[in-house]
Amino acid sequence: MNGLVLENVCAGYGAVTVLHDVSLTVREGELVALLGMNGNGKSTLLNAILGFVRPSAGSIRLDWEGESTELSGREPHRVVDLGIGYVPEGRRLVPNLTVEENLRLAAAGRSRPDLKDNLAFCFETFPILAERRRQLASTMSGGQQQQLAIARALMTSPRIMVIDEPSVGLAPIVVDQMIQAIKTLQSEKNMTILMAEQSFFQAVEVASRAYVLAHGRVVHAIEHGLDADAIETIRKAMMGVD
Amino acid sequence: MRTLPFLVIAALILVGGLFLPQFVGNPYYFFAGYVVLQYVVIATGWNILGGYAGYINFGTSAFFGAGVYVAAFLIKAFGAPLPVQILAAGVVGMLLGVATGYLTLRIQGVYFSIATVALVVVLETLIHNIDYLGGASGMQTIAPPAPAWFGGQTQYVFCAMLVLAVVAVVAARFIERSWIGRSLRAIKASEPAAEACGVPTLSMKLVACAISGAIIAIAGAPYAYYASHVDPLSAFSLTIGLNALAMPLIGGTRSWIGPVIGALLLASVQQIATVTISSEFNILAVGIVLIAFVVLAPEGILGLIADLKEKLRRRGARP
Repeated sequence: MNGLVLENVCAGYGAVTVLHDVSLTVREGELVALLGMNGNGKSTLLNAILGFVRPSAGSIRLDWEGESTELSGREPHRVVDLGIGYVPEGRRLVPNLTVEENLRLAAAGRSRPDLKDNLAFCFETFPILAERRRQLASTMSGGQQQQLAIARALMTSPRIMVIDEPSVGLAPIVVDQMIQAIKTLQSEKNMTILMAEQSFFQAVEVASRAYVLAHGRVVHAIEHGLDADAIETIRKAMMGVD
Repeated sequence: MRTLPFLVIAALILVGGLFLPQFVGNPYYFFAGYVVLQYVVIATGWNILGGYAGYINFGTSAFFGAGVYVAAFLIKAFGAPLPVQILAAGVVGMLLGVATGYLTLRIQGVYFSIATVALVVVLETLIHNIDYLGGASGMQTIAPPAPAWFGGQTQYVFCAMLVLAVVAVVAARFIERSWIGRSLRAIKASEPAAEACGVPTLSMKLVACAISGAIIAIAGAPYAYYASHVDPLSAFSLTIGLNALAMPLIGGTRSWIGPVIGALLLASVQQIATVTISSEFNILAVGIVLIAFVVLAPEGILGLIADLKEKLRRRGARP
């Protein structure tokens, strides 16, 4: 099976352990939502996948086309090279580079013959970026910047996209559009996506499955489909009312 | 500026400069021009790490001094000609850059800057203890005579420095526009985001350190020839470290032309002040100008020009 498999991952900062025994799976073609309120370990989990935080225990594995690659302990750019596209929280674009330069940057230093294809794919997916390709990233609106951040991750030819809180700092109507755009990436472009989010309702509406993190543990995992009952249970789990 | 006009202008400056000794008699102009060009090279080299990547190097004089002493050593040991001294200084500067980078670039931001200060002290102390290179009191460096075509030692080192300046600026512009420059700007904006784009940040910073170190060291190489005497105090001088960061900041760090403008302006003012007021006035002038720019124009002259253009554009757009 193609996918990303986390088994019993523990990670933290110095003496503080943030993640306790986290296990989750993202299968090819899925849009998996990672839910939880602020401070429950969502970003730490994504940072551990990317290699910014080194797990103290457990394994993070990318299984693809019969090959199994351990990701933990590798530097972030290696993890990206292995096929994990990353959209950081707060977008983190290069403000004084243009849209196109930001995109080309993500292919920098690699011999990827598919740079042109990727660029065309990004512009086709997010037409506004094609229109503004010569504009500085810093002069675009929040929603456009988020699109650029996602497109930048697409430039690395990812097998799995890891998106950290795409809704941060956006107006409610833009949040809807953004989540829908991510859904479209999965449903129409066959991208595999792991998305951390706290906009609960928008996220569960589009997700194939969901995990709820509380105090650094997976307190709830929806393994198959999200029906009304499942949504109610995870809402309670997320708010900590059950 | 487009690439072709840029290269044409660079070539014209180079050829014009090389024929200058045939027309200008007074060696003082070459003497002063050498110093100005030396700072164009230093500021350009500094900016590759400090401007593009955002890693402020306070230890410029360590790299410069290394270049000076490599050349001095080659003169004393082998009587090596100037081009050999320059190449050797470049290699040593590059190695020094990689070594310093490897030891210090894991620490980010201001800690890197502090570490580079230590490098100056380490190298200066090292030279103090090498008797072969004259120790603390320095030594004479009697270089082989200049080719007759140039008409004198001073003219010869001036022309050498002009070649170095043109090469350094062309290299800086190439780096700025290539994927290396884009990677460095990404590093300056945010290292985690650069990593997330797949930019190998540590390797890219090492590359920047190596190129920057090499360029600054080659700026030091002709000094032994130029001054006929080297000593640790002038080779590892505070003035060089201060000017190296003041010039790009004054000119503007974003583009290759910023350090060139800053170096031409500040170094010329210093040369004029040395002749008309006093040589001690230099540091004071640099300090005042630097403070003025940090307060009034933090993006340097390039920033001022961009603001001005923007204002004119808006005025033009208004009915």
